[in-house]
Amino acid sequence: MEKKNTGLMTILTNGLLKENPVLRLVLGTCPTLAVTTAVFNGLGMGVAATFVLICSNIVISALRKIIPSQVRLPCFIVIIASFVTLVHMLIRAYVPALNSALGVYLPLITVNCIILGRAEMFASKNGVAASALDGLGMGIGFTITLVLMSAVRELVGAGTFLGIQIIPASVAPVGVMVLPPGGFFVFGIFMALAIFLERKMGKDPTPDAACGACPSAEFCPAKGVE
Amino acid sequence: MAIKLAFIFFSMILVNNYVLVKFLGICPFLGVSGKLNSAVGMSVAVIFVMVLATATTWPVYTYLLVPNGLAYLNNISFILIIAVLVQLVEIVLRKFVPPLYKALGIYLPLITTNCAVLGVTILNIETASIVDATAPYYTFPEALVCAAGAGVGFGVAMVLFSGVRRALDRAQPPKSFEGLPITLVSAAISSVSFMGFGGLLENLFNISV
Repeated sequence: MEKKNTGLMTILTNGLLKENPVLRLVLGTCPTLAVTTAVFNGLGMGVAATFVLICSNIVISALRKIIPSQVRLPCFIVIIASFVTLVHMLIRAYVPALNSALGVYLPLITVNCIILGRAEMFASKNGVAASALDGLGMGIGFTITLVLMSAVRELVGAGTFLGIQIIPASVAPVGVMVLPPGGFFVFGIFMALAIFLERKMGKDPTPDAACGACPSAEFCPAKGVE
Repeated sequence: MAIKLAFIFFSMILVNNYVLVKFLGICPFLGVSGKLNSAVGMSVAVIFVMVLATATTWPVYTYLLVPNGLAYLNNISFILIIAVLVQLVEIVLRKFVPPLYKALGIYLPLITTNCAVLGVTILNIETASIVDATAPYYTFPEALVCAAGAGVGFGVAMVLFSGVRRALDRAQPPKSFEGLPITLVSAAISSVSFMGFGGLLENLFNISV
């Protein structure tokens, strides 16, 4: 029992740094870059994606013995798209401000590779409880990364945090940080920081291959192209 | 009308560039921009699938989903259409146009889960039309031109960035920055250069949006 508990704990904490979906596995880069202009948006995107991740992990894991492996990807995509539609409708009804802030990136959670990646790499091979925890851990890792990145971008780019003025208005904010280039820049710095931290802790981070963690990498013929 | 369509086309390439401004299709942008040939191959496949996907999803949405009150199913139906379409294109190309299949085939499976393709089909039914003021969203020609422009814009960014990547291979950044981090920082600088196009097209084409 003891051993099983630590096993579940590892699954939960894996997503925080060692297998952080954004910084180490390089999945879900599009929403990471696009919505981190303000903490509210980053948090909203993180929570929405976490909900979809947990639900789709549970359902896919429960159905893993029924879905034939040849058609598993279309099945996963339909399950994920259903939950995304659900979340989209809920957010549109109850948090319309978030809906207009996230715009097209909300329905695009469907093709967020974190979710398909976890379905393929974890939920289709493990039990329901472990898959739910994996979804939660990965979701928290994703949300924390989004919130940290958006905190930096909002603070430097607009001088605010969650809309509250932190840096006095007399100091001119560096507007470029909330514009597209700032997204790439902060993302690069954060990724370097995650690699640096892991090296400090005495681990040698595996070298990044952009395709490495892509859910399609296993059967993708373009993998060796570069 | 032709001028307005041209405006949409060029603004998708320069002002609303999918990769560098809207952050759609970042995975292939980072993954296959290392070499010029693979960047071009991927871009051509993306242009092809984007136009084809829009040509299918727009009529499906307008003539099938909306009249039946099923507009909320757009997400599920679009992703299924794209997945089926990519498979179909792959089979048809392999059977009938082997040279084209040899050039593009390996990039096609990557495209199903490419957010740029799903993104362009969704944005096409959400963006206000500039040709026809009474239309609820882009008309069919606008949607097709927008898809083509988005694909070409993706290609322009890929080709330009593959040049940057070649220079990066010889650079010696700090150890923690090696690989993707330095690539992202240089993508930030490329993105700055695209900001310079803001406002250019409105004045050039005399259209206010």
